[in-house]
Amino acid sequence: MMPVPSSVPQPKDDFQEELVIRPLHSGDIYASFQFRTLWETDFMRGNKVSHYRLFPKSLGQVISKFSVRELHISFTQGYWRTMQWGQPFLPSPPGAELWVWFQDSVTDVDGTWKELTNVLSGIFCASLNFIDSTNTVQPSASFKPLGIGNVTDHRFLRYATLPREIVCTENLTPWKKLLPCGSKAGLAVLLKSEKLFHSSFHSQAVHIRPVCQDWQCKTTSWELRQTLNVVFDLHTPGQGKLEWSLFKMFSRTLTEACPLASSSKIYIDITDDPQGEQFEVSPATHLLSQAMVLGDRRTFSVYDLTQQITFGTVRSLNLLIRWKSRDMLRPLLHAERYVAGYGLQTGEIHTLMYNNHPYRSFPVLLLDSVPWYLRLYIHTLTVTSKGKDNKPSYIHYQPSKDRVRPHLLEMLVQLPPNSVTEVTVQFERALLKWTEYTPDPNHGFYVGSSVISSLVPSIVAMDTNSTREQPLFSSFFPCKEESSYFMRVYTEPLLVNLPTPDFSMPYNVICLTCTVVAVGYGSLYNLLTRSFQIEEPSPGLAKRIANIIRKMRGVPPL
Amino acid sequence: MLAIFAVQLTLAVLVTSVFACIQYRPLLFFSSGHTNNWAVLVCTSRFWFNYRHVANTLSVYRSVKRLGIPDSHIVLMLADDMACNHRNPKPATVFSHKNMELNVYGDDVEVDYRGYEVTVENFLRVLTGRLPPSTPRSKRLLSDDRSNILIYLTGHGGNGFLKFQDSEEISNVELADAFEQMWQKRRYNELLFIIDTCQGASMYERFYSPNLMALASSQVGEDSLSHQPDLAIGVHLMDRYTFYLLEFLEDIHPSSKANMNDLFKVCPKSQCVSTPGHRTDLFLRDPGSALITDFFGSVRKVEITMETINLTEPIQQTYSYVDQLPVSEIIHQKPKQKDWHPPDGFILGLWTLILLVFFKTYGMKHLKHIF
Repeated sequence: MMPVPSSVPQPKDDFQEELVIRPLHSGDIYASFQFRTLWETDFMRGNKVSHYRLFPKSLGQVISKFSVRELHISFTQGYWRTMQWGQPFLPSPPGAELWVWFQDSVTDVDGTWKELTNVLSGIFCASLNFIDSTNTVQPSASFKPLGIGNVTDHRFLRYATLPREIVCTENLTPWKKLLPCGSKAGLAVLLKSEKLFHSSFHSQAVHIRPVCQDWQCKTTSWELRQTLNVVFDLHTPGQGKLEWSLFKMFSRTLTEACPLASSSKIYIDITDDPQGEQFEVSPATHLLSQAMVLGDRRTFSVYDLTQQITFGTVRSLNLLIRWKSRDMLRPLLHAERYVAGYGLQTGEIHTLMYNNHPYRSFPVLLLDSVPWYLRLYIHTLTVTSKGKDNKPSYIHYQPSKDRVRPHLLEMLVQLPPNSVTEVTVQFERALLKWTEYTPDPNHGFYVGSSVISSLVPSIVAMDTNSTREQPLFSSFFPCKEESSYFMRVYTEPLLVNLPTPDFSMPYNVICLTCTVVAVGYGSLYNLLTRSFQIEEPSPGLAKRIANIIRKMRGVPPL
Repeated sequence: MLAIFAVQLTLAVLVTSVFACIQYRPLLFFSSGHTNNWAVLVCTSRFWFNYRHVANTLSVYRSVKRLGIPDSHIVLMLADDMACNHRNPKPATVFSHKNMELNVYGDDVEVDYRGYEVTVENFLRVLTGRLPPSTPRSKRLLSDDRSNILIYLTGHGGNGFLKFQDSEEISNVELADAFEQMWQKRRYNELLFIIDTCQGASMYERFYSPNLMALASSQVGEDSLSHQPDLAIGVHLMDRYTFYLLEFLEDIHPSSKANMNDLFKVCPKSQCVSTPGHRTDLFLRDPGSALITDFFGSVRKVEITMETINLTEPIQQTYSYVDQLPVSEIIHQKPKQKDWHPPDGFILGLWTLILLVFFKTYGMKHLKHIF
């Protein structure tokens, strides 16, 4: 074994964990976990990384082997109800979503993408190997890199969703194993599957990107964020009171922070009630913090788990939150999508985008990826706001190719203030080959969510200094200007029925036809060729052998 | 003086006996034929009313993990998701006993093939190892010729076939050929095949490769029945054979000495209603000498000692290792002699025929001349 030279400095790595709890207007409660590992190393420039400490080795090897610049993967169960719950800190569509920016040194992006999806399906125990060219698109304007970098040539971007993908404990288990402390210490102790999946919304994600190390941004470090968003339903535990505790949500309490974490905090959103009349949190804390998140300045109570005093004399922390009523943060941007029409031949996709700002209009970028078996008629595409035609300023359309590529439609639409914009397009359903149907085709076929990205004007001035110490939940999307913030909204996925054959018919037809042929042809053949003859009944076997022996003896037969 | 001599004698006897034990230990270590264990557990049914097949597979998974086989050596294939199914009143759980006593899904489960990935083609590719190069390790059966493999299949089946996901079937001939491919590529040392479907015994009728032992929950012409429904969940939770198999395995611990003969006794006809069957003619060892933990567990015969052993004494007798894989012997060996059975119908019929012919020819009156 070679001794490690002490003069070579080990790249610094840092781990932070945080939990944000936000009670919602409808009485549900929203909990968002974020675990961030920052590592000042360089996967790309030749020196092979061999010692992993806080950064998980499986992901590090994936980044270096496939020359990945950015990787974002999310698994979601449920649909985020924007009108009831407001905006999430990190949006995600139902099912699985994967988008990756590759380095510009990659020559065969499609081949690398296929191998990457297979490897990730093994790491996360998900069927990501079903991602192939029929559901992968290259968006030209949406999904710009969230980390730093110069290249924005969209040839190196790949985006795919699997709306049918199920999320269960088998996806949570490897996700938890990527954390430095696993699920043994710190905030990850709360992640118990029986409570997490008994919720209205559950989303777990992994985001890897290069970020600036300091405000000068001369060097970069790699950031890995693992996020888990969950919304617990008010009516699930069986009571209607607006009272939640950590034990009620997660069936666990906290006893210590992760020893490897440099910061471990819990934030509780107490914005609507600074006096504490309607809102009560126990044990009380005087640590307060303000953050600019989602265009609004919010106030949070902070619990620092690295301080022993937070756990009190009982050595465990069980936060209790009680409130009477709550105003909702009215979302400025909201979207819906549905299929109109009747029958199994044609239909129409309607996408509605709501701009709830009273006097400001802003542009949104709509990305639609429709599978090839719904043949879109783009000449029927209409965009209307307030009854009048609203011409998009940028349209990028890539038509589909049967069994090769899906449709890709990207449009930049200006939403007038306080209005609803409707995008409609007609389609025709294709008839698939009988081997292309899934084992349960009568369930229907999924169309992935549309993605609406926009810069929404904000009420307060946003913070553009990204390297200042701020909570993790407010620093995910990079902020370039003070007057607006970036937001992504996902619509519902669609479930369409394709004309499905009756798969029991081949068997039925074979049975019926063979019966008819046998009975019909058999009867006819008998009628034509059968003739009757008189015959002696043949004696039994024993008698016949006895007759042979008697014949040999010369004795008359029986 | 005599006392000193007696002490020296006892010391010499002690040293030689201890030394003999040390010499014996390497033999003990290498006497079992396998060095690693693998398990391939497959549930082939889709839809909520087939909850019991997923519970069957997960209970075998749970036992196998408990007895020591790690996730990296288990290939778990579940054709549908029951735990997070929207019809499940208790999400992220799969119960095997009614009144929700035992959650076999647990908190630490890794499913390698799920949903639409569980197809006949993928199953056969996993067994034979012929997978596309980009398949991750967790989805591969990386066994070698020293591996003992446990294969468990459950679902809906018939005489000679097993249904995968309501859309395709695997026949017993295909399965036997897959095992023969595994044998020819030396992908297993010994293989235990358990199947819990209707008419399960038909699936092992066609096996012809050596070192296979098979168990089935029912004979040809019989149906395997389910155990008990849970009124809160609304479906049957387990099949009878696997339910009693799980009960049997819960009593096994890693150092247990229970052998295959105990496994054959699991679920007699009184409990199972169907007749479980087994096949051991292709298995070279006596089933009584094969431990349960040879297939269900991952047990190493290693003893750690803190004392130093002086190896300066010359070894009197030279040992040599038994030829682990005498290929020519195995290929050309005759199958094990079957136990003696009383003459069955054919032989009886033949003798009756001969006797009848004799008496018909010579007539009954000649009897007194013969006797």
